[in-house]
Amino acid sequence: MIIGLDVGGTHTDVVLLDQSGLLRQAKIPTDPEDLFGSILAALEAVTAGIPPEGIRRIVLSTTLTTNAVIQGNIPPVGLIVSAGPGIDPEAFRTGEAYICVRGSIDHRGREVEPLDEVEIRRAAERLRREGIRQVGIVGKFSVRNPAHEIAIREMLGEGFEGVFLGHRVSGRLNFARRIATTYLNAAVYPLHRSFFDAVCGSLAEKGLQLPLRLLKADGGNMKLEASLEAPIQTVLSGPAASVMGAVAAAAGEDDAVVMDIGGTTTDLAVLIGRAPVLNPNGITIGAYRTLIRSLETLSIGTGGDSAVRLKGGELVVGPERRGPALIFGGRHPTPTDAMAALGILPHPERRRAAEGLRPLAAGLGLDVEALSRRILETACRQMLAAADRLVEGINAQPVYTVHELMEGYRVRPQRLLVLGGPAPHFAGTLAALTPLSVRVVPRWEVANAIGAALARTTCEVEFFADTEQRLARAPAENFHQPIALPYGMQEATAQALALLREKALARGANPRYLEMEVVEAQEFNMIRGFHTTGKNLRVRVQVKPGLIHGYDELLARLAAPAEAPPVRTATGP
Amino acid sequence: MLQARHRVGLVFFPAYDWAIHPQHPEREERLLYTQDQILEEGIFDIEGIFEFKPDPVVLADIQRVHFCVPDPWTVATESHFISAGGAKTVGMAVCEKRVDRGFALVRPPGHHAMRVVHGARGFCNINIEAIMIEFLRRKYGIRRVAVVDTDCHHGDGTQDIYWHDPDTLFISLHQDGRTLYPGSGFPEELGGPNAFGTTLNIPLPPHTTEEGFLHALHHVVRPVLAEFRPDLIVNSAGQDNHYTDPITNMNFSARGYAELTAELGADIAVLEGGYSIEGALPYVNVGILLAMAGLDFRHVREPDYDRHQIRQSASVTAAVHQVCDLVLSCWQKREKLRERRLAEGNPYRRRRRIFYDTDGFSETQLEEVTPCGHCGGALRIDSTSDRGVHILAVHVPRNACPSCRQQGLAWYEEASPRRFDHVFLQDQTNDRFETKPRDAARP
Repeated sequence: MIIGLDVGGTHTDVVLLDQSGLLRQAKIPTDPEDLFGSILAALEAVTAGIPPEGIRRIVLSTTLTTNAVIQGNIPPVGLIVSAGPGIDPEAFRTGEAYICVRGSIDHRGREVEPLDEVEIRRAAERLRREGIRQVGIVGKFSVRNPAHEIAIREMLGEGFEGVFLGHRVSGRLNFARRIATTYLNAAVYPLHRSFFDAVCGSLAEKGLQLPLRLLKADGGNMKLEASLEAPIQTVLSGPAASVMGAVAAAAGEDDAVVMDIGGTTTDLAVLIGRAPVLNPNGITIGAYRTLIRSLETLSIGTGGDSAVRLKGGELVVGPERRGPALIFGGRHPTPTDAMAALGILPHPERRRAAEGLRPLAAGLGLDVEALSRRILETACRQMLAAADRLVEGINAQPVYTVHELMEGYRVRPQRLLVLGGPAPHFAGTLAALTPLSVRVVPRWEVANAIGAALARTTCEVEFFADTEQRLARAPAENFHQPIALPYGMQEATAQALALLREKALARGANPRYLEMEVVEAQEFNMIRGFHTTGKNLRVRVQVKPGLIHGYDELLARLAAPAEAPPVRTATGP
Repeated sequence: MLQARHRVGLVFFPAYDWAIHPQHPEREERLLYTQDQILEEGIFDIEGIFEFKPDPVVLADIQRVHFCVPDPWTVATESHFISAGGAKTVGMAVCEKRVDRGFALVRPPGHHAMRVVHGARGFCNINIEAIMIEFLRRKYGIRRVAVVDTDCHHGDGTQDIYWHDPDTLFISLHQDGRTLYPGSGFPEELGGPNAFGTTLNIPLPPHTTEEGFLHALHHVVRPVLAEFRPDLIVNSAGQDNHYTDPITNMNFSARGYAELTAELGADIAVLEGGYSIEGALPYVNVGILLAMAGLDFRHVREPDYDRHQIRQSASVTAAVHQVCDLVLSCWQKREKLRERRLAEGNPYRRRRRIFYDTDGFSETQLEEVTPCGHCGGALRIDSTSDRGVHILAVHVPRNACPSCRQQGLAWYEEASPRRFDHVFLQDQTNDRFETKPRDAARP
């Protein structure tokens, strides 16, 4: 049995499932002041009376790190940054204790300027004096040669709780994002650690001593132990949980748009087959642009509880929310009230909804029914326009070869998969407005928890080989090795895949069903003067997000028409 | 978070799967380290810098500028369609005011490609700036354009295309043609008789540094631009004046390029040459991008930069001042010089030999332009390559007066397809390109 648990802003959703089906599900209110309590209560709700030894896996998606970052509830962090020439590193300052030091590495990983040990010891002294316990060390081009970052850590000396090195964050280039990501790792580390120590402690008391897994922003999971090296990877995993829930319902052949419709917002993502499209750079959290691998998503301020009003004679839906719907005791009309007035959402307060919508209807010279339909259409058009924007954005992503530009894959969605609380009530209107085939994700109300439960372990590896320097490197994996010539793409790919396998297994992947793929394999002749001096090889491999093996029967059962609610049109049942 | 003072649109297209041949300077690897540096510096994350995916140009875009022999597909590859498309994409973003400035960081380059194209010259097949400019003129009604070519090599292709166009000011700053390919670009090359003075050449001695370049910018380029009042300024931004460039002899630095870019303030920059792919391009491009965005570039520096080693000598400085004075006086006295040129002979006809170094053959041209005080004049080019292809190309400029247009059409009409392998008409007044069918030949 597997438990999937997704802590959202309002609700915590949890499921217990096995290969034969969904055994239990629960939805309980989240107490933002007590995430720990919410998690335990949710687990309690699905595990009561279940023998602990039958549970093989628990996957959690939480808002812990997200909340800490958004609310700025983080301890002081020291940053030691060595940039060298280029953009002034002051532009990337993360706080008071941000110290720029000498030393620089160039784009091929060669030292340009050495470190100054005295300067670094003085910086370490300052951080200790200020009582700073978490430190990040980041160098420009450290992913091409991490020697300076490693040396700085040695020079720091004792007295720090968490020390995070920039090159371990990701193999990708982007100094500013490396600084931000390293900073965030250091910043959320103490909270992350103490929180999950407590969760594990409580589970152990219940006899659940299996390793916890945490969902990441890319829709994959990793073991709790692995997360301690990069706790910020768990940020914004909520949208990823929903998308993975939709993957469970995706047909697998066509491209699809996923819409997670909530009260305040609608979050959109794209699936190519059953693989969600990833963001090419990394996720943005508040003011921080990071290198954290994530799904490509778009969020708009249109949802079931969006405020509906007139502005200059025009009907406006969202983007803000002004409390709950009328039928739930609110004071401003919302799309939810329009659904109730039309009878799409059966509710005893239908009359209250109609009364509340009447002034708006009068303002537009419509009756309540026509207004209600127009409200739903306006909301749905906004969602569909966002879907177009997202797809266009993905297709407009620059490519750097003639082949990709002329023949590269273009996303052309055929399906629209909707989930989230009000999803079934919007589905009919969406279907009437789009040529895409609209489908409500089975168990739409807990699909996010199912997504968390069934997500596989993901990771990627960036690998470089430079035959002129006779060196192969994957600094994010702590790998560097001299190479023997002849050395070519075949050798580089094999080494990269071996590293990926090792990393995936350490994070908790199932070795029997490890789907690895080569995302990029580029080979350049290096010519100096007019002679070939070597090859520059660049390989990126990954385990892409997807579902774990062995649950096809469960998926088929979930997808069976009997279990999916019917799509009703805006004109009522 | 860094915020650009000017919104900059960038097309980055390194064409990682295209090369002239594997060991050629114009090869796959050329922009690899530039990409590394740009990504690592986080340039694309700067608020106000936008990266666009290029749309390849279409046939009509190329034929609005060139006579490709026998056709564009034969002389250009997909890669050329994309690099010209990169310039066009950037130009559209600027003209539609989606950005304030644009930079097409693309390859392959184009400024050695002339109006008639039999093959590749100076690593260029089609002129990506001219294709962009003529598209922008057609689509947005822009008239006056200035091209400032700061590549180390004389931009002879762009000069050729705009030789007779009084609405296009072409200024090239380059290493003296007596010491470098293509061996042209001297101060006395001032344009055809209908557009005399709107071509200016500033040949600079070897070992000129940014000091000399900035002198030319301040003392020639800026005053001339102020007088010409272009609607659009395009910079053919070659990066081969750098002190590490393997095929030239100048002493420019990354910071110097940034300063030049900031002071020139072009609307659109298009990459041309630059073959120090590891030691110069990564730093030069970061400097140019920061300068275009109006951001601080004072910390951009090459790892081996040594101010003293590349200092400009007094004799170079003197030579730079001298040539700048000469070019400025040519501009100021252009009317008088034009009269003198007319008195000396018939400048409406010229016979030229053009060498295609990249492909290794020559072309002979007999060119005739209609004398006109109202437009650029119709152009008749009788061209033979020593591969044995003989063509007649007739060009009618976009603002042609009725009589010049009529002359152009008459030249096309009377040309017998039996005498030529191809007869082409490029009528910019209605944006048409025609090829005379061979079976239309009458006895």
